[in-house]
Amino acid sequence: MTTSTLVHVNEKELKTYASKERRALLGLTSPALLVILIVMVIPVGWLFYLSFIGSDGNFSLEHYQRMLDSKSYARIFLTTFKVSLLTTAICILIGYPLAYFLSQLPARVANICMLSVLLPFWTSLLVRTYSWLVLLQRKGIVNQVGMDFGFWDEPLKLVHNLSGTLVGMVHIMLPFLILPLYASMKSIPQDYIKASSNLGATPTQSFWQIFFPLSMPGLLAGSLIVFILSLGFFVTPAVLGGGKVIMVAMQITNNIELFFDWGAASALGVVLLVMTFVILFVASKLMRLDNVLGGGH
Amino acid sequence: MSKVNGLPISISGITKCYGNLYALDHIDLEIKQGEFLTLLGPSGSGKTTLLMALAGFTRPDHGSIKFGNEEVVLKAPHQRGVGMMFQNYALFPHMNVAQNIGYPLRLRKINKPEIAERVNQALETVQLTGFGDRRVNQLSGGQRQRVALARAIVFGPRILLMDEPLSALDKNLREKMQIELRHLHEKLGMTTVYVTHDQREALTMSDRIVVINNGKLMQCATPRDLYDYPANKFVAEFIGESAFLKVVHQGDDIYFNGQKLLVEAQPESQQDSLLMIRPERLMVMVDGQNAENANIFNVTVSEIVYQGETKIIYVLLNNGETISMRLSTRSGQPQNNINVGDQIKLVLHKSDTTIVEDGGY
Repeated sequence: MTTSTLVHVNEKELKTYASKERRALLGLTSPALLVILIVMVIPVGWLFYLSFIGSDGNFSLEHYQRMLDSKSYARIFLTTFKVSLLTTAICILIGYPLAYFLSQLPARVANICMLSVLLPFWTSLLVRTYSWLVLLQRKGIVNQVGMDFGFWDEPLKLVHNLSGTLVGMVHIMLPFLILPLYASMKSIPQDYIKASSNLGATPTQSFWQIFFPLSMPGLLAGSLIVFILSLGFFVTPAVLGGGKVIMVAMQITNNIELFFDWGAASALGVVLLVMTFVILFVASKLMRLDNVLGGGH
Repeated sequence: MSKVNGLPISISGITKCYGNLYALDHIDLEIKQGEFLTLLGPSGSGKTTLLMALAGFTRPDHGSIKFGNEEVVLKAPHQRGVGMMFQNYALFPHMNVAQNIGYPLRLRKINKPEIAERVNQALETVQLTGFGDRRVNQLSGGQRQRVALARAIVFGPRILLMDEPLSALDKNLREKMQIELRHLHEKLGMTTVYVTHDQREALTMSDRIVVINNGKLMQCATPRDLYDYPANKFVAEFIGESAFLKVVHQGDDIYFNGQKLLVEAQPESQQDSLLMIRPERLMVMVDGQNAENANIFNVTVSEIVYQGETKIIYVLLNNGETISMRLSTRSGQPQNNINVGDQIKLVLHKSDTTIVEDGGY
């Protein structure tokens, strides 16, 4: 039999099925795509457009020019990055040991402990922020207890400054670090640690040479989430910073509410967005590099 | 890689309870210097727990483990200096092959040129020369297994532990690796404790086999003795196929179904005795055959199953019980003419007539 005489039985029908399935999939995803288009793509595009419209209503780069010229903008960006970096660093210092501890517990106990991480996560951000205000103020509980026990004599300035902002932000951001980190630590087989100790590694060596490198993907992912969320943070620095810690999001609000300057606000938003994308891009390169080294599993 | 002096292992009274369950129930075992010993048992029998106790990952409730003259039961895993192969290999994914194998040497603060040399030797020993730069996830299952082996032996341990290292490989590769591991053990000489649930693997590889069930040591014997003279019904059933027929004692004589049996060795106990019949030890009696020193059973053929290299013939005994017989499928044998429904005589040689005690569960 030659190939030309081979009959392709049911070929047409089978192809119809495949295209039907594709259409059904498109139909199912279209509502989500539509929502993203309406609430994400169009508004961001509109902001992008506004940022290039000058006060005279024509195309202009004046908003971006002002950002480059004015020292105060540079300071705001610097503050934003400083607060975000510090928040991320403190979250890592607190979150890594906690996630490690949770990952070593039996599943039942770990779930209960995880609840204590998640419960604050589910309460209102505003409530938590104002609670810190109450706790940290001049005559708040922290100062009272500290003075009663004689740790310090004068009430400390714990809030309406950078440290107050950091306390609040770390509290709110911590779960974002712990959750991916915990998941990544849980995926590290116990056998790796057993193998390293069998080969002669002390528990400390096992941790730093085996466990820590393998938990890096989770640590990077968690840190990235915390850092990027912190970049756009508004409520906590606004309430706990007492006007002394001005971040980009707060300047955007000022531009709109005080100066009704949508162009300037949009330009700030666009710059923040671009910076976020750059960081994400760099981080994704880093993570891929990590995968190349075999850290991803 | 050069030969090492294996260390004998002396286990006494090792016990481990989980709640009310004995994972290890007063295990006493002497493992000889340079011996290849296999711990064999069903899953949950305690064989892996015993291996983990040797490696130091399971802390027994009480008991003593000695490597040579040295008590190790109180020592942490990293102080025991034993090589171990894990079931899933446990190769570190963030290190390449050479780094994985060199890791125990780096921990021992050996200088770099010597590490490189010894890693290369280890790679050569497991026939993976030139694979040092590969990433672990670029390797096949068989290659990973070899890397794990190289890493376990590179620092010259005098004891090697293996936890079902071949269970993830396909049948052909597994059989090849069994022989290779055996040769490697002969070449390197370390005392080896091997855990498996595969009885054929145990028979193929071991100097001696320890059968464990419910945390108890059932029997410790050479493969041949274990197969021919199992200590009880559990061991007989776990190793190879067999049928068990109830027998009764009258004085020193043993009777099955009213027929007096010729036996080579008298059983230790006269309680709950069973006649163990291995299917391949039965023969079909041909005309004129001298059947001295053998027991003869009159049976009816009830079913014949063809299995390639052998066929199984199910036969009905006088008392209504069915046993099976395994015959070669070679051409030109008189027994090839057997058909279902035929009345035949089966011969079981006196030295294949083994009485075992019911028990061991």
